[in-house]
Amino acid sequence: MNIGWLTLLLLLPFVGAIATMLVPTAKALTAKQVALGFSLVTLVLTAIVAIGYHRNGGEDYAETHTWIKAFGAHYALGLDGVGIVLVVLTALLTPIVMIASWNDAQHGRWSEKSFFAWILGLEALSIGVFSATDVFLFYVLFEATLIPMYFLIGGFGGPQRSYAAVKFLLYSLLGGLLMLASVVGLYVVSAKAGEPSYLLSDLMKLDISQNTERWLFLGFFFAFAVKAPMVPFHTWLPDAAGEATPGTSVLLVGILDKIGTFGMIRFCLGLFPNASEWATPVVLVLALISVLYGALLAIGQTDIKRLIAYTSISHFGFIVMGIFALTSQGLTGSTLYMFNHGLSTAALFLVAGYLISRRGSARIADYGGVEKVAPVLAGTFLFAGLSSLALPGLSPFISEFMVLAGTFSRHKVIAVIAVLGIVLAALYILLMYQRTMTGPVRDGIEKLKDLTGREILAIAPLVVLIIGLGIFPKPIVDIIKPAVDETMQRVGVTDKAPQIPVTEGQK
Amino acid sequence: MSAMLLPVADFTAPKIEYNELAPLLVVFGAACVGVLVEAFLPRPLRHLVQLAITVVAVVVSGVLTGILMNDKKELLAAQGAISVDGPALFTWLILLALSLISVLLFAERSIDGGLSAFAGQAAAVPGSDAEREGTAARVEHTEIFPLTLFAVGGMMLFAASNDLLVLFVALEVFSLPLYLLCGLARRRRLISQEAAMKYFLLGAFSSAFLLFGIALLYGYAGTMSLGGIADALSSDTGSDTILLAGTGLLGVGLLFKVGGVPFHSWTPDVYQGAPTPVTGFMAACTKIAAFVGLMRVFYVALGGSRWDWAPMMWIIAILTMVVGSIVAITQTDVKRMLAYSSIAHAGFLLTAFVGLAQAGSGVHTGITSTQAVLFYLVSYGFPTIGAFAVVTLVRDAGGEATHLSRWAGLGKKSPLLAGIFAFFLLSFAGIPLTAGFTGKWAVFSAAWTGGAWPLVVVAVLSSLVAAFFYVRVIVLMFFSDLPADAPDVALPGWQTTSAVALGLAATVVLGLVPGPVLDLAARAGEFIR
Repeated sequence: MNIGWLTLLLLLPFVGAIATMLVPTAKALTAKQVALGFSLVTLVLTAIVAIGYHRNGGEDYAETHTWIKAFGAHYALGLDGVGIVLVVLTALLTPIVMIASWNDAQHGRWSEKSFFAWILGLEALSIGVFSATDVFLFYVLFEATLIPMYFLIGGFGGPQRSYAAVKFLLYSLLGGLLMLASVVGLYVVSAKAGEPSYLLSDLMKLDISQNTERWLFLGFFFAFAVKAPMVPFHTWLPDAAGEATPGTSVLLVGILDKIGTFGMIRFCLGLFPNASEWATPVVLVLALISVLYGALLAIGQTDIKRLIAYTSISHFGFIVMGIFALTSQGLTGSTLYMFNHGLSTAALFLVAGYLISRRGSARIADYGGVEKVAPVLAGTFLFAGLSSLALPGLSPFISEFMVLAGTFSRHKVIAVIAVLGIVLAALYILLMYQRTMTGPVRDGIEKLKDLTGREILAIAPLVVLIIGLGIFPKPIVDIIKPAVDETMQRVGVTDKAPQIPVTEGQK
Repeated sequence: MSAMLLPVADFTAPKIEYNELAPLLVVFGAACVGVLVEAFLPRPLRHLVQLAITVVAVVVSGVLTGILMNDKKELLAAQGAISVDGPALFTWLILLALSLISVLLFAERSIDGGLSAFAGQAAAVPGSDAEREGTAARVEHTEIFPLTLFAVGGMMLFAASNDLLVLFVALEVFSLPLYLLCGLARRRRLISQEAAMKYFLLGAFSSAFLLFGIALLYGYAGTMSLGGIADALSSDTGSDTILLAGTGLLGVGLLFKVGGVPFHSWTPDVYQGAPTPVTGFMAACTKIAAFVGLMRVFYVALGGSRWDWAPMMWIIAILTMVVGSIVAITQTDVKRMLAYSSIAHAGFLLTAFVGLAQAGSGVHTGITSTQAVLFYLVSYGFPTIGAFAVVTLVRDAGGEATHLSRWAGLGKKSPLLAGIFAFFLLSFAGIPLTAGFTGKWAVFSAAWTGGAWPLVVVAVLSSLVAAFFYVRVIVLMFFSDLPADAPDVALPGWQTTSAVALGLAATVVLGLVPGPVLDLAARAGEFIR
């Protein structure tokens, strides 16, 4: 039964964005309620799709229509295990961000309603990106996500927001345009083989010569590495996340940056398996550098939001490492990591945002002793921090463990060094907690209010999911596994057998 | 009496295919009628009558072109001098469509206190009493309409000329009216006259290059017809030196009109000085005509020696993209910025031109260079005229406020206008879901198909640089505060409104569903000889 579920999922937030803009500016509250309503309906629909996917697989949701015949472009949507997880993450984070940022857009450059409309626009495009099965459509949506994000950063952030927005845009465009060159190249390869087509299923059948494959791979990989972001293409993220509102930062790091790692799995591994294997050593080293360098810089930050941005660079290093370790465990771990990182970073950014909005400063040095004044705030902050440093029992632990175990089975040295990242993670989180929350109460903190009901409402689902998936991750792993196996098969690698046979111990 | 008859050689009247040439004849005929109207009709009636004649002529010519396209008749008309083939017809159609929009802008009289954008009396000395009296009496030059028609007819002929001499005549027929139109601005007349002078001198200079090139090619091939030159090339009889010199000089003349670096230096000055509606007309239509003419000459006549000229064109394409995008960054005037942007666009077009992807060239089933260029010209022309139409609306006491700093905070003053302009800029930058993106995609894939992938890489990097200055304007409009003495946004009449709306609609449609126009461009096929 296919009634165009994915098209519906894509259109609904769009319609919501338009509806929100149509509400008169004076009635900001109504506009916000409309936007939240649309995002909640989208969440419900996504849940229905996800349950259907869990039962019957993704074939029911595939849609293919010819779009531009001369380009071989299609309007083609479909889901696999990786895609559905990220669609769910998108649909989940959007209403949470809306509730958490209910009053954040009041002092923006434009009306409050436009903030919420842009968020819905971003949601629609992100869902499209995660479900596109046509490279051309993917590219179009990939670039189009820049527009709402650009206006979200540039319109509603801190004093340096214009600079941060332009920097974000130019970095992303640089990656995107190099990818455009590769996308055009794919067309030429496809046209030379017969009818040009951008459908993933058609492109996977192509026989691309070795050199061409490597060049095309580099175009795609560069775009995704900027997006993810990996060292040395990361410098835009701290600026953007530091200037944007906490809600925007959550969408940026939690959803938009996932497009990078998602693209690595679906397009780099899927379309250019040989080139991906060829590039593995360099990519793994870059990922390792991201893990350690991001963590070290996080320790040195004096600004809470920039600190969280750097932790994300470190986490994205882990994700990329798991992807390019080319083991089913690493790949599953990375996909799970994307989801869990979305949850934990969202929690961390949002609670930090609550804190910052109370004191009006993001400098760590301006805080101290918050736990005495606002215990619930401090508690959730600690919880979010612990989930970010992958405390066992919380969901990020499982994914981080799987990534490291998966990497270890193939690349021991890299995995061993990467473990240092966990230690550094404990350091940057706990140091930040210690400096801001413990110790004597600082001036200006005495009258800090504790969390309000709305703020707790936004954080609660994240807390529940982080604990729930930490204890019982099976449902989500079950969804991811088949897609990962397919990708592994496509790349043509199998897991190495454990080097110590199990039977040995029984002698 | 028979002794008085002189023995003459048999004279056969040239065969003229009136049906196929009807679109051209209608435009030229209407232009002549327009001249008569100037001579015989009283002044108060002229504006309306001229506008009606021009619009009807352009529409009728467009319909006739459409019928010809539908019949798919392709032939060399007028004894092989004019080639009425698929690309020519397609070019005619887009030229006519864009001219129609331009003519509407020319006729706009409601944004500057009931006066058009053109000088009332071009002969009156700027700032003199005569000028003031003329303005008070609402005198205006309705000659601009027949001049425009001559220019449009010349462009159509230029794009279809299958003979170098016809090419040259057509070039002059469309250039001379443009020189005049450039000097007719009502506001800032001195800079306008300076622009006209520059354009005329440099244009005459480039015409001389072109003519010299034609002469040398005639020396090489012994014929002016493009097909004849191609035959001479394949039999390889003449002197290579003359061929190369001729090709080079011809290329200079054509690239001047296209606006390729290093023959671009007239563009910013002329675009800035000319009345803005004329700038839009030139930016869109001249580029279209010149580019199709360039392709026709180099593909049809000189296709056989492509290995000789392709390397030079590679260099020019790279220079044009890089210089156009980088120099645009430093511009502070919106019209000059758009001028450099149009240079950069010429560079992107050149990538497809040197890519030489042709349907007949083997296994390839994808997009061809001709198709890509034709499509790009459409996707570039509509937003260009739309953008210049927007420029006419941002005004202060001195006329249009074209300095970029004056555009600060426009998004607050008029969100709709600023939004539309931002959309045109995004299209120029090639952001997906706009016409500019599909156009860029088409030319890049044609270039890559022809093996010019290094050009594609340079092109995407220049696109990034270009994106920077487009985005800067958007930042200025939306992210800056509105100064106290901000310029006003004039309330446009129906003419400008419909021009902007048409440009916007085309930009959206070509971005979302470019299929039909791409197919139409594919149906146009290749140049015939």
